[in-house]
Amino acid sequence: MPTTYEWLAQFAQSAGTVYCFLFFLATLVYALWPKNGAQFNDAARMPLRED
Amino acid sequence: MQTVAQPKSLWGGELGLIAVLGLLGLLCLFIAARTIEPAYAFHMGLGVIAAALSIFAIFQRYNARPSEHPPLEIDGLPNYNFGPVKFLTLMALFWGLAGMAVGVYIAFELAFPDINLAPWFNFGRLRPLHTSAVIFAFGGNVLLATSFYVVQRTCRARLAGDLAPWFVALGYNFFILIAGTGYLLGITESKEYAEPEWYADLWLTVVWVVYLLVFLGTLYRRKEPHIFVANWFYLAFILTIAMLHLGNNAAVPVSMFSSKSYIVWSGVQDAMFQWWYGHNAVGFFLTAGFLAIMYYFVPKRAERPIYSYRLSIIHFWSLIFLYIWAGPHHLHYTALPDWAQTLGMTFSVMLWMPSWGGMINGLLTLSGAWDKLRTDPVLRMLVVSVAFYGMSTFEGPAMSIKAVNSLSHYTDWTVGHVHSGALGWVAFVSFGAIYCLVPWLWNKRDLYSLRLVSWHFWIATLGIVLYITSMWVSGILQGLMWRSYTPQGYLEYSFIETVAAMHPFYVIRALGGTLFLLAYCLMLYNVYMTITASERAAPVTQPSLQPAE
Repeated sequence: MPTTYEWLAQFAQSAGTVYCFLFFLATLVYALWPKNGAQFNDAARMPLRED
Repeated sequence: MQTVAQPKSLWGGELGLIAVLGLLGLLCLFIAARTIEPAYAFHMGLGVIAAALSIFAIFQRYNARPSEHPPLEIDGLPNYNFGPVKFLTLMALFWGLAGMAVGVYIAFELAFPDINLAPWFNFGRLRPLHTSAVIFAFGGNVLLATSFYVVQRTCRARLAGDLAPWFVALGYNFFILIAGTGYLLGITESKEYAEPEWYADLWLTVVWVVYLLVFLGTLYRRKEPHIFVANWFYLAFILTIAMLHLGNNAAVPVSMFSSKSYIVWSGVQDAMFQWWYGHNAVGFFLTAGFLAIMYYFVPKRAERPIYSYRLSIIHFWSLIFLYIWAGPHHLHYTALPDWAQTLGMTFSVMLWMPSWGGMINGLLTLSGAWDKLRTDPVLRMLVVSVAFYGMSTFEGPAMSIKAVNSLSHYTDWTVGHVHSGALGWVAFVSFGAIYCLVPWLWNKRDLYSLRLVSWHFWIATLGIVLYITSMWVSGILQGLMWRSYTPQGYLEYSFIETVAAMHPFYVIRALGGTLFLLAYCLMLYNVYMTITASERAAPVTQPSLQPAE
């Protein structure tokens, strides 16, 4: 029977990789989603706005 | 305007803070009377004085203020709260001078060991004073100042809280005072970049939670539906520093009447916690926070939109998700499990991508405005800082590779790497931001002298180049001398021979630091003259016609 350390290390090495990769994919989808383009173009100019 | 003046009374927040400060002051007085450690009693005495002065200041402010809360908006425009931002900017300038001067002094101590004046001005006590003063005092005040400025401007909302922003600004600087004087008096946890003892750590925790609440409260008030990317970086910085601080300072004091505490982690777990903290102090304090500055101040100064907002989102999420795992590269070839070392190395190498994505995004923001580099030395400073960021985030992943690390670790190469990031990236982007902020905050048309900025830029750049090149040579020389064997299998050099070989490079490094410090003094003069003598910006009678800055 594996020790707690071995089990945790195994879990971190496998599930961690999958989790980080899926999160990265989700980020890509959000950032590149065409419908978000107008909002992002607007946001890119936010520092230039004056009041 | 109202016609009937309301009776003036203390607000709930004022009463609450007076009560809390009063109790804390009494507690400090009690501890100061009971402890047998003079240095600890001195710190508790400072606590009593600070509490008394703060309560006095609250009453002074009460006498001067109107009975109504300041309005959130005036004539439909946000009524920004820039008082704490001004204070924090000036504190950053003060601590920068102190931290850099101590840095130059300890650089000379390394070159000429005779000037180690025991016990207070030993290298061992001054070194944490230097690192904390430049990172947490100078850098921290810059981050607090710019975050309070940027979050207001990009949310178009007044800073949340009434006394809370002042509590953060003054409380943070009080923490710096306790930390810095503690090092000189010999109070330390001996954890690199986390040296302050348990009572200072507890105080910082309180200040930091209030900082987070002020920041979140301002975001909550925002008039803009979208949260600007710089605020995401600031938020990641605030949240992660809170987490790191709590994890790495889980210490139990010997007694309430002693400054000494012991960490609950032991052995390699403690080492891993320390470098998880240590590397993310670089990642989230010195990188994420200052990237927020880049994403606001570079577009603002260049008067160009961010090159790719999409890239900035990918930059943000991949940077924060990768950085948090990179710490183990500080523990190569130690008792740390091998897989964890490899994991730290792999994530460090992957970090190169988001880092350069961010650098490219910052640099290309200048597309269509490259000519401004010739005419605007402030923009030049900001852009060169981003270039240094690119350079040191390439060097870092390379040094995290085990084979390279076996040569570079524990040598001056690491010191040179840190300073190319600290001087070239963090300090330069901070200087650029301060040069932008000062005229905006004090309502001046422009800086007192752009020529002085240019001098600052070139002298400081020369200083950095002397610093990092001498440390490259000395670091690699040192590493090679340590690992060289005679044909009989003995070490070729004694340790002291390797130390003696460093001397010329230590002198060059100290000269580089001196140049950087001298150039910084030009900036102090320039800022002073801007505040006191520069021409005022156009009056605000017609807001729609107000110029860009």
